[in-house]
Amino acid sequence: MSKIGLIIGREIKSKLSNKTFIVMTFLTPLIFVGAIAMIFWTSMPEKIEQNLLVIDQTGLFEQSLKGNDFITLTFSKQDIGKAQDEFPKSNYTSILFIIKGSDGNIIPQARLLYKKHPGLAFKTYIRQEMENIYYEYKLQSNNIDPAVISSARQAFDIKMDKVDETGAVNHSEGVQLFSFAMGLIMMLFILMYGMMVFRSVMEEKTNRIVEVIVSSVKPFELMIGKIIGVAIVGVIQFLATAIITSILSVVLSGIFLKEINEMKSQFDDNKQTVMKYGINAGAALKNTAQFKDNQKMFETMEQLQKIPFAKVAIFFVLFFIGGYLFYSSLLAAIGSAVDSEADSQQFMFPIMIPLMIGYFLAIKIMISPESNAVVIGSFVPFTAPIVMMARMPLDPPMWQILTSLAILYVSFILTTWLAGKIYRTGILMYGKKTSWREIGKWLFYK
Amino acid sequence: MSSILQINNVTKKYSNHTALNNVSLEIKEKAVFGLLGPNGAGKTSLIRIINQITGPDTGEILFKNEKLSPKHIEQIGYLPEERGLYKKMPVGEQAMYLARLKGLSKAEAKKRLIYWFEKFEMQGWWKKRIDELSKGMQQKVQFIVTILHEPQLLILDEPFSGFDPINAQLIKNEILELRKKGATIIFSTHNMGSVEELCDNIALIHKSEKILDGSVKDIRKNFRTNTYKVTFKGNVLGFTNALWTGAEILEKSSEDDVHTLTIKLLNGVTSSQMLQAVLPLCEILSFTEIVPSMNDIFIRKVNEGNEVLGTKSNYTE
Repeated sequence: MSKIGLIIGREIKSKLSNKTFIVMTFLTPLIFVGAIAMIFWTSMPEKIEQNLLVIDQTGLFEQSLKGNDFITLTFSKQDIGKAQDEFPKSNYTSILFIIKGSDGNIIPQARLLYKKHPGLAFKTYIRQEMENIYYEYKLQSNNIDPAVISSARQAFDIKMDKVDETGAVNHSEGVQLFSFAMGLIMMLFILMYGMMVFRSVMEEKTNRIVEVIVSSVKPFELMIGKIIGVAIVGVIQFLATAIITSILSVVLSGIFLKEINEMKSQFDDNKQTVMKYGINAGAALKNTAQFKDNQKMFETMEQLQKIPFAKVAIFFVLFFIGGYLFYSSLLAAIGSAVDSEADSQQFMFPIMIPLMIGYFLAIKIMISPESNAVVIGSFVPFTAPIVMMARMPLDPPMWQILTSLAILYVSFILTTWLAGKIYRTGILMYGKKTSWREIGKWLFYK
Repeated sequence: MSSILQINNVTKKYSNHTALNNVSLEIKEKAVFGLLGPNGAGKTSLIRIINQITGPDTGEILFKNEKLSPKHIEQIGYLPEERGLYKKMPVGEQAMYLARLKGLSKAEAKKRLIYWFEKFEMQGWWKKRIDELSKGMQQKVQFIVTILHEPQLLILDEPFSGFDPINAQLIKNEILELRKKGATIIFSTHNMGSVEELCDNIALIHKSEKILDGSVKDIRKNFRTNTYKVTFKGNVLGFTNALWTGAEILEKSSEDDVHTLTIKLLNGVTSSQMLQAVLPLCEILSFTEIVPSMNDIFIRKVNEGNEVLGTKSNYTE
């Protein structure tokens, strides 16, 4: 037993002292948070001072079009040609021409001349302001009350509630994406740490040190020590990544606090408008499209808060341990059977297939959460960790979770036992291309 | 002398060939035992069974008259033919790890390693990674790791391969030193020169079967071919006539009137009879028996074995 401890210790130490490993542990959260920051940053309006000259032939916008903190508006009745000639030498950064239609009516068209590109946010702002003005103008000129329009065009909200055996009603909509994410993370974890075991086994075999080691410990002990060692490394890495990510997130949200508050207040404003006029009072809303996205996001977040996270977390760990042991023992067996990574392709394939099936079933959960394929998939040990985990936010019956877990754990004992037999023979076989038939025979060696 | 290892009727079969067929051996304590045989004969299979890496299909192995079991692992040291260490791991850490796998305590392992590192002039290596060392240096590390736990039985598979002559000599001396201290050494090799030099007893395995065993002295005696080398001054014709049908001349060389003949005595003629016959005719300068080298015996036995066992190939390892 103390020898297994030594093996575990070495496995952990060798991984933790590996530079690539350390860099990856720190870099992954950095990339992750960095990417989010990037998306956030690019979606923020550019804050460049804009000095805009508006030449409005219609007269509609002169009173109603407003600037903001960065956009200063000057209205003029100047001649268009003259203004354009003087523009290069003027203080204005851009000129907006609003022309009447040929029949003298106001048409939704304008032209903007600029020196330096003012950016998309500027254009969007001006456009939305103008749209709002035009919308209200059109309604008024036709004697239509805007409230009538919005009350007529309403989005139907179908709220889906699940009634379980006891008659309790649960609202569990909007968590499908979370389900899928759970399944995906489970698959990536199993694969990542399974491959780590695979490489470690192959390294010892190609180094030829394995013969020295198995003259001191039983091959099975070596394999188990390795699998446990990598599992501990996995947990350490996971925790390190989680801690770094949360620290970075806190720092980042500190930096973007002002913007987030702005978004939030804008969202709240819009919410008020929606309450007043209904969802399609589009023109009255600031950033209509964004509002709809935000509304979905906030609703989903409300749903997510209802997921029993403690339960999900506990079962995630249990299913991860089961799934990891199940797959890593198979991968250890394969690692022992091949001489080089190139030879391993034919054996890798059958391992990847069930993982891929699990992944597709996790996608299927988003579309049809309780189909037969999904339920069966959550019991078969090859796919159970992924599929059952993806079902977890949808609150499957407890007996199904426990049965699935029990099947998985019994199966991993079986695969570990089989893998031990293959491993024992495989690690000492060199120079011969291994076939499935050959591996089958190894199972029966004494 | 009592035996440290007794191998009784061991058979090991793999799916499509037999690695060991009913092999029995006895390895005496405090001696150097040579395990010989061509490639693929079954030596490695036998060594792995002794190391308990694999088990025999039938037969049993006794370690000091006890059934071989995992508790004996710590009394055995094994240097495999294909050497290997963790390439990225520092030398000292690696040696400590392997020593502790053999049951040494941390403190004891460290103490002994420092002793050996000094002895082999490797003090500066502790923190170096294996892939920073030359091949010969790696071999030294591997040798130390093999003997560090002071095993009673040391199994060395081609221990000299990869060493330059100076280091080979160093290792050779260490092996002899270990024997003096009471270790038994199983020595698997193709290098017949070192067999004659080091081994007390040998066993020859060929095509999964033991075809020869015994002490090196006895074996060489048994393989005597009644061949002698005579150097003399005088008339060659007279010399050969005197022998008549009692001998066959295998080789002849001359320098001025000094002649060297390699002759094989036939028809039960003894060396003294031959000398009596030729003494009146010439002046004998030297006379030695040509005892076959282990190399000759090895080749002869293996070839004989091929004839006996037929040409059925079971070369898979």
